[in-house]
Amino acid sequence: MRKKSGEIRRSILPTTMLWVLAILMAFPLLWFLLSSFKGGGELFTYPLSFLPREWTVDGYMRAWERIDFVRYFGNTIVVATLTTALTVFFCATAGYALAKYRAPWLSVFALCILSMTMLPGEVILSPTFSVVRDLGFYNSLIGVILPSILTPTGVFMFRQFFITVPDELLDAARIDGANELSIFFRIMLPLAKPIMLTLAIISFQWRWNDYIFPLIILSDPKNFTLQIALRTLLGSENIDWAILLAASVISMIPLVLLYLVFQKYITSSDINTGLRD
Amino acid sequence: MTSTMRSVVGAEAQDEPGDVSTGTVQPRRRRAKRRYRLTPLVLSAGVIILMALFFIWPGVLGLTYSFTSYKGFGPMTFIGLDNYTKLASDPTFYAALGRTLIYTVFSVPLGYALSLSLAVALTNLRARGKTAARIIFFLPWLVSPIVTGVIWRWMFGENFGFVNYVITSLGGGAVPWSSDPNLSLMVVIVASAWAGAAFNMLLFIAALNNVPKSYYEAAELDGANGWQRFVSITLPGIAPTSVLVILLSTLGQMKEFAMIQALNNGGPGTSNQLIVQYIYQTGFAQSNVGYASAASMVLLVILMVIALIQIAINRKATR
Repeated sequence: MRKKSGEIRRSILPTTMLWVLAILMAFPLLWFLLSSFKGGGELFTYPLSFLPREWTVDGYMRAWERIDFVRYFGNTIVVATLTTALTVFFCATAGYALAKYRAPWLSVFALCILSMTMLPGEVILSPTFSVVRDLGFYNSLIGVILPSILTPTGVFMFRQFFITVPDELLDAARIDGANELSIFFRIMLPLAKPIMLTLAIISFQWRWNDYIFPLIILSDPKNFTLQIALRTLLGSENIDWAILLAASVISMIPLVLLYLVFQKYITSSDINTGLRD
Repeated sequence: MTSTMRSVVGAEAQDEPGDVSTGTVQPRRRRAKRRYRLTPLVLSAGVIILMALFFIWPGVLGLTYSFTSYKGFGPMTFIGLDNYTKLASDPTFYAALGRTLIYTVFSVPLGYALSLSLAVALTNLRARGKTAARIIFFLPWLVSPIVTGVIWRWMFGENFGFVNYVITSLGGGAVPWSSDPNLSLMVVIVASAWAGAAFNMLLFIAALNNVPKSYYEAAELDGANGWQRFVSITLPGIAPTSVLVILLSTLGQMKEFAMIQALNNGGPGTSNQLIVQYIYQTGFAQSNVGYASAASMVLLVILMVIALIQIAINRKATR
């Protein structure tokens, strides 16, 4: 009994520290979320109250009217899903090639991909714009999708994973006379399912929240993604906060749902090779 | 990534001794080898094409642009190093670059300290409610840079924000969070630490779990207190991860764009215009593509220098 109470006493300090940090991290988000349920008048009336005095979804209704969410959700889902599927596929094939084959050019290839992590897309904004335009994809969703498929992070995630797969497995399949490509698709790719899922979640989040490439490539409001549409609310001198708060909350719903479903895959996987993009 | 880097370079060094002695290899093996040569090419073809189209081509084009007075359309006139000499005496460029460096110098340590604290708090064996806290800590990762900007702009509004409300209720005066350039940058720094903490926290958690438990037990027997254990066991134990986190966040902060656009749009005025915004403004708003490309090349060199310095530090530290 005494031992137990001692344990509780010793866990007080770490637990307090943990929850102070949790409150600090959660507060901005919570304040933002609760504010979105306050009426336009209450948002600016002192004294402010933590919980809305009068709960209202007025901001949400006005935001829904002001912004064509159906269209922007549609565009963003198309971009995020297609890019993610292509990212996972191409990163898996290239990562496998880097892990299981040896050739001088593959080392050069690996260094090229590595250098991409250091030279981010922001550095080549104007020329990338020219390339997309010359390929004929200006102001189209394809123009947003194509440049963002290749992520060095993804290639290295798969490379690291396939290195851990024993070569004996590959040799055994070769002795059985299996074709190299079918070894990859039938044996190796199914093994990499956890990596595929992790990369898919990360990539979907990146593409959902992407800003700078859609901003330069999409010009017609019909083709905007959500983030670009949100920006239009910020542009004016007098921001309509009731609409902006509600629209921001709405824009986050799909990702939050996705996170709640796949939570354990993101936070438990050790993405040691995971870089930010 | 640093470990990746080492293994990539390593792979180059130990490349196939078989290649050299091809002459002595059995004919059948040679055919098999040739087949193995084609497969990696087929597998990497997609990435090679994408890399050529959206990395190498734009890279070469950007370098070319930087020596021209290209306007985004019409002819490209070669003007030599004019863009670079003009850049060298452009006060707006220096202002943006300086502001970016200040932002990076402050936000990287703050982000490092915050994400390490989160990781330490989460890996403490005696803390309760870790599963819930982990979910909460990770939530900001979901928030887009634009919405992050909105959230913090709302928190720090001068006349309506929560922070100023608390300050005035405690008897202070309203703090000019958005009309004072330095305070405004401070809000951006805090917001960036908040937004980036979750991802770095994951890297730290993995590293903290790899520090051998026996070291702590031995130190505890020797009477080291918590802080001493942290400084002399934890910090050296996670040093490679620290370098990685600092490298990634430095590179990330140097190219900050979306969040600051939503938070204060580089304001008040243009006082907090960072380098990527400067490049965007000159390249797209003013259509000075050649000039903007020269600025991009300067940023590129800075990023490469930062990366090389940190890799060198890491090599020295792990040797």
